[in-house]
Amino acid sequence: MEMVGMEGSLAMAEAVRLANVDVIAAYPITPQTHIVERLAEMVANGELNAEYIPVESEHSAMSACLGSSATGARTFTATAGQGLELMHEVLYVASGLRLPIVMGVANRALSSPLSVWGDHSDVMAVRDCGWIQIFAENGQQALDLTVCAFRIGEHPNVLFPVMIHIDGFHLSHVVEPLFLLDKSQVEGFLPPYHYPFALDTDKPVTIGAFTVPILYTEARKSMEAALRSTRDIINEVWNEFAKVSGRQYRAVEHYRTEDADTLLLTMGSYSEIAMEAIDQLRDRNEKVGLIRLRLWRPFPFEELRKATGRCQTLVVLDRCISPGGPPGPVCSEVKAALYSQKKRPKIAGFIGGLGGRDLSVPEFVKMIERGKEIAEAGGEEVETIGVRGQ
Amino acid sequence: MSTKRKDTDLTWQDIEIGAAISTPGNAAEYKTGDWRSERPIWNKDRCIKCGICYLFCPEGCVSHDKEGYFEADLYYCKGCGICARECWTQAISMVPEG
Amino acid sequence: MENFAIYVPRLLPQKDYFAPGHRACIGCGEALAVRLVTKALGREVIISNATGCMEIVSSPFPTTSWRVPWIHTLFENASAVASGIEAALKILNEKGARAKMPKVVAMGGDGATLDIGLQSLSGAWERGHDFLYVCFDNEAYMNTGIQRSSGTPFGAATTTSPAGKLSIGQTTWKKNMPAIAVAHDIPYVATACPSYPFDLIEKVTKAVATHGPSYLHVLSPCPTGWRYPTDLSIRLGRLAVETGVFPLYEVENGKYRLNFDSSKLRPVRDYLTPQGRFRHLPKEEIERIQEGVNKEYQKLKRKVEA
Repeated sequence: MEMVGMEGSLAMAEAVRLANVDVIAAYPITPQTHIVERLAEMVANGELNAEYIPVESEHSAMSACLGSSATGARTFTATAGQGLELMHEVLYVASGLRLPIVMGVANRALSSPLSVWGDHSDVMAVRDCGWIQIFAENGQQALDLTVCAFRIGEHPNVLFPVMIHIDGFHLSHVVEPLFLLDKSQVEGFLPPYHYPFALDTDKPVTIGAFTVPILYTEARKSMEAALRSTRDIINEVWNEFAKVSGRQYRAVEHYRTEDADTLLLTMGSYSEIAMEAIDQLRDRNEKVGLIRLRLWRPFPFEELRKATGRCQTLVVLDRCISPGGPPGPVCSEVKAALYSQKKRPKIAGFIGGLGGRDLSVPEFVKMIERGKEIAEAGGEEVETIGVRGQ
Repeated sequence: MSTKRKDTDLTWQDIEIGAAISTPGNAAEYKTGDWRSERPIWNKDRCIKCGICYLFCPEGCVSHDKEGYFEADLYYCKGCGICARECWTQAISMVPEG
Repeated sequence: MENFAIYVPRLLPQKDYFAPGHRACIGCGEALAVRLVTKALGREVIISNATGCMEIVSSPFPTTSWRVPWIHTLFENASAVASGIEAALKILNEKGARAKMPKVVAMGGDGATLDIGLQSLSGAWERGHDFLYVCFDNEAYMNTGIQRSSGTPFGAATTTSPAGKLSIGQTTWKKNMPAIAVAHDIPYVATACPSYPFDLIEKVTKAVATHGPSYLHVLSPCPTGWRYPTDLSIRLGRLAVETGVFPLYEVENGKYRLNFDSSKLRPVRDYLTPQGRFRHLPKEEIERIQEGVNKEYQKLKRKVEA
């Protein structure tokens, strides 16, 4: 197979085409617009046989997806930043009703001030929405993980909506080299979608009844338990995908971690820049490694604990702040995950890359060194990389 | 999923995926008849078997017997009195529940 | 209903698709409207319902009054959900995954339709989805305890537009939703009332047969919120029509037709007096309401004659 150059957004659209999606609800927002534009083009040219609904807002985009998925149609939409926020309440409905909608999110900073550029504030605002959430770091993953998302979400023992996160601009708009998949590979990999309570006049169901206090807890527990149990199936699907494509994905990815004393933890596209920093430090004989969270929800407790079991220091980089809260959402979740461990590393958190700001290799190197200092001193400070003014 | 069990008996494992309800119309198990403070009584001498009471009942619980005279299903009848009010021959009276 | 010799049942579809055991108030005009609409819709429908009275009274888990496929998600998105269902049915039929094309019907109260859900409804109309939207208008946010909506009529007292020393209740006029529907150029728009059941059923049938968007605005008298004895729901619906407060009309491809036209409308007072929500109104305000009703009715007549 040939390698092609393709923008992350277009790679995601290609995945949607390969998956033979039935319904697309589309509302444009920077920086995901190229996804829905390419999909419109595909439908207009007959490359993709799908109903394309140009909705009038993101709230309606996700709502249309609810109706479509509940009718038994394979459904996709894409959004970013403010759009993800506008559909906030609908996200909870999608997971509560167990509808396997797949959504591409081009992560974008939240207003105010307005910023169209990438960071993770939109993701962190929807941590509890009950979706399976997976991070891509490069164009190849934008394609592969979106294809896998349909199989994961629609799996009869999963039935959860899935978000594939690609960094806004850094991934959505950057042309990257990747291998395409061909239709036959994907057709064999994706069984047809079947929703057990599809809206059908031959088997009338009532979807979306309300629960009184005596029942709500049980309904939520049922959903939560189901979400936790999807981790094994996600890994299975990724293993199956590796057989088809030769590319293996994992909940926590490792880079040069075998004998690392210090680990850096990142999520998203700047992980690849971080790898360069790791290489530089390794050239100086520093025992450092990089772990990346690919699976964000359900949170990969086991894999994270295993990955950090032997290191002394863990440096966590967040691409988002939690105003007034424990600094760095990812950092605080990592700390929570490791709290119960008898042997756990010292942790230093950093904030960087907000609102689309680039992080350079030297900045990563400095971060790791500074992280070791802070951790050694038992410090609580979370520094923001590159902020002017002290 | 059986609704004969009390709500407090349902465990979280009993809840269908998405809390879907796959037995259509099973609200019919629920007794609304104990809401009423009056009940409709048909006077067969005046009833012309037109069916307007059947038409206007918000519960849909009015039906006719073998002879065609109408009556309310007291399991559901909430005693609103619409049937008595609308009856063309005033054949229905609302009588207080004991 | 077995005996077809009996008059009224002979004229109606037999089955009820809205089961008793629902928790609607005693004498609820809206429950009756839903019962009649679903009777007319029959078996081959998929309903997308907004949050509101009818959604709540009909679906307390684990029971449901619905005998047709039914989905409720949120308050303001019944039309968007319906759009998704309609699109899915089209493509699944085309791809051979589904054989039938049931009619997609969205339902919502006046709050869900005129207020919070106006955007998604306008969007669905503009896109031209083949679906019927039925607005069950009880003229306030009744399910949450009688708060005003833009469908609340002038002078009505609600909890958020109460009558008081400085207030006559609602000070704005009822939003003309059928006119908004007509402005979207959809093929079929009609007003209906359960007090005129055969008219309502016929309109539902016409709407179902329409290709593209259709809209039914159904007045739903509410004893709890309008504050009247429970047996007057049908009578008040009739008075609303006979006084010209709620005219019954259809608009087919832009052409207006009045279904009930009286050369002399009854005075508005006949409609207002039995309702507690208007009890506080002084004579001047009732006159103002009469003027308003006359004006609107004349406007409607001009559209009919155009």
